[in-house]
Amino acid sequence: MLKIENLHATAGGKEILKGVSLTVNAGEVHAIMGPNGSGKSTLAQVIAGHPGFEVTQGSIVYDGENLLDLQPEERAQHGVFLAFQYPVEIPGVTNAYFLRSAYNEIRKARGEQQVDPMEFLDVMEQKLKLVDMDPDMLHRSVNAGFSGGEKKRNEILQMAVLEPKLAILDETDSGLDIDALRVVAGGVNALKKPTNATIVVTHYQRLLNYIVPDKVHVLAHGKIVKSGGKELALELEARGYDWVLEAA
Amino acid sequence: MSSPIDTLVNREYQYGFVTEVQSDTLAPGLNEDVIRLISSKKQEPEWLLDWRLKAYRRWLTMTEPHWGNVKFDPIDYQAQRYYSAPTSVKPKQSLDEVDPELLDTYKKLGISLTEQKLLAGVAVDAVFDSVSVGTTMKEELSRYGIIFCSFNEAVHNHPDLVQKYLGSVVPYSDNFFAALNSAVFGDGSFCYVPKGVHCPIELSTYFRINAAETGQFERTLIVADEGSYVSYLEGCTAPKRSTHQLHAAIVEIVALDNAQVKYSTVQNWYAGDKDGRGGIFNFVTKRAKAFANAKVSWTQVETGSAITWKYPSVILQGDNSTGEFYSVAVTNHKQQADTGTKMIHRGRNTKSTIISKGISAGDSQNSYRGRVQVLPRAEGARNYTQCDSMLIGNRCGAHTFPYIEVANNSSTTEHEASTSKIGEDQIFYCKARGLNAEHAISLIVSGFCKEVFKELPMEFALEAQALLGITLEGSVG
Ligand SMILES: Nc1ncnc2c1ncn2[C@@H]1O[C@H](COP(=O)(O)OP(=O)(O)OP(=O)(O)O)[C@@H](O)[C@H]1O
Ligand SMILES: [Mg+2]
Repeated sequence: MLKIENLHATAGGKEILKGVSLTVNAGEVHAIMGPNGSGKSTLAQVIAGHPGFEVTQGSIVYDGENLLDLQPEERAQHGVFLAFQYPVEIPGVTNAYFLRSAYNEIRKARGEQQVDPMEFLDVMEQKLKLVDMDPDMLHRSVNAGFSGGEKKRNEILQMAVLEPKLAILDETDSGLDIDALRVVAGGVNALKKPTNATIVVTHYQRLLNYIVPDKVHVLAHGKIVKSGGKELALELEARGYDWVLEAA
Repeated sequence: MSSPIDTLVNREYQYGFVTEVQSDTLAPGLNEDVIRLISSKKQEPEWLLDWRLKAYRRWLTMTEPHWGNVKFDPIDYQAQRYYSAPTSVKPKQSLDEVDPELLDTYKKLGISLTEQKLLAGVAVDAVFDSVSVGTTMKEELSRYGIIFCSFNEAVHNHPDLVQKYLGSVVPYSDNFFAALNSAVFGDGSFCYVPKGVHCPIELSTYFRINAAETGQFERTLIVADEGSYVSYLEGCTAPKRSTHQLHAAIVEIVALDNAQVKYSTVQNWYAGDKDGRGGIFNFVTKRAKAFANAKVSWTQVETGSAITWKYPSVILQGDNSTGEFYSVAVTNHKQQADTGTKMIHRGRNTKSTIISKGISAGDSQNSYRGRVQVLPRAEGARNYTQCDSMLIGNRCGAHTFPYIEVANNSSTTEHEASTSKIGEDQIFYCKARGLNAEHAISLIVSGFCKEVFKELPMEFALEAQALLGITLEGSVG
């Protein structure tokens, strides 16, 4: 589903990704771990198409298409979803309106009918339950004044509504209390299908108790320096990153 | 990657066409004879001609104001034409007699003067250059005792009302452009709502500039008698021309005891091209006087004009009166706006609210200028001002000039201001959810303007939202 080869990316003249290669197949969950500043969010943002990064080398093929040829909104319309590490606030625009706009754009791209506000309320009802979110949140401005945990939960709500093929969760677990973590993980698992794939970026192996990864990768200094099964996460938790970095 | 905001900004002005009509147009120049000629063309009574001449003589002693945060070369007032009217427009003509060419013009602007069903809920006075072409729904309104007609008609049919209130809120000596308007005004709209009457439909004036090198100087007078209510809308457009055109209008509102007036404008004058050639100079005086317990709200969405110089104000004359000002001003390319309000608290326990949203893009300059004045007698007065600016790109400017003068100590004023940049991050967030740039910007900007848009009547709010999109097209880089 996703094949990244020798990906190099720069921002402000500085090379951040220095040759990342990664293959994710349909039905798989991959975890990406690694020290602060190693380039995890950069990788996630480059996949989503953030204009602040320039890809200088390498390729990303998604679903048989050259992803780098697509605008960010086209990537989203083709089923790529990024849950932001720092969700952005949009004052004055209600969550419901924002979500419905996004939902309709994605339906449009799939050649499906647009939904009106009433129909959308029905769609929302079950999705809200999935992430155990208060319906009142729908009428508040997008992320404005949301607590850290509420913002993360809102990202998962968006994911639940948009039903992406490839979801990338950038530290969605950071700042969540233990109940919220369970809810978020439950949401991710509920949306899992043999035709979907998920990449979770995390610092904590505890998330991986709930969302069990098929592969775990360590990203350091802009490269994947080690890959393994779910037991790698446990080892990292116990031993830190130094041994991996030294070996690399 | 080409900037989403660039593609947005290069959309065309939709109303830039010219109507070919035969017009009776005065040669350029201004003197007392020109004023006499205008007055005689309108068959005005002596008192009005005298008033015009007094205004003119006063104007001669005044100087063109350049204190605003806008730059323009001194205007050559002798090079302007002060009157232009389609020859087909006859005094007291009915709507059936309106020249089809003019009807067609308004149709292209989205306003039907003849098809009753399209007008449901709104009565229109259509002003074309210096004359009113027609006013709809007059008979229906007269059943409620509401007078809604062109200014000129009011002068003839309701001279007492006009004489009593003309200049009572904006005296001809008020400022340079007000004096000029008072001397040469062409036509405009008049509205009187009798005591206790709740006007059942929206009233509106649509101003269209058509003739070249001609200024438009119209005036609107709205009188809401005790306990009445009226909601008034104003729209305006002009052809695209490569030279600047002057629009110096006056709107006067009188809200007597317990009356409520809501005045909404969507200003869409031609703004000039990307390099600042052409466009309207919109130098307008709008003011209301609110008597005891009366309430006046100004809501404006300013998207057009090369230069906007405009401060819709409320004199809170009576005790417990309320004044509100809700404004969105958008500038792009080389546009300049210096706009805001004055709230003059004279009565006790008077209350005013100011919400101003400025959005600047391109090389434009956008200033909020406001004065809140609380006089000694106005005990217990309250003001709340909120002034937010949004910048799109790095070359534009946002400025705020708030003046607050409080002359007693039982009053409270509150001022909040913020400046933000439309973030690349906000746009990217929307795009990552499948929205294109155009959609993202209009979403973010309308969120920013929400508090003002919710004050607009429904159809107007939609139009305003669409206009924002067009004005900002191509502005994010
Ligand atoms: N726009 C930018 N301009 C310059 N440097 C940047 C930019 N964005 C990121 N960087 C730098 O690139 C490096 C990688 O950042 P990134 O956010 O990808 O790290 P991360 O692995 O997600 O870290 P964390 O675990 O703290 O979230 C950091 O040193 C960061 O400062
Ligand atoms: Mg990160």
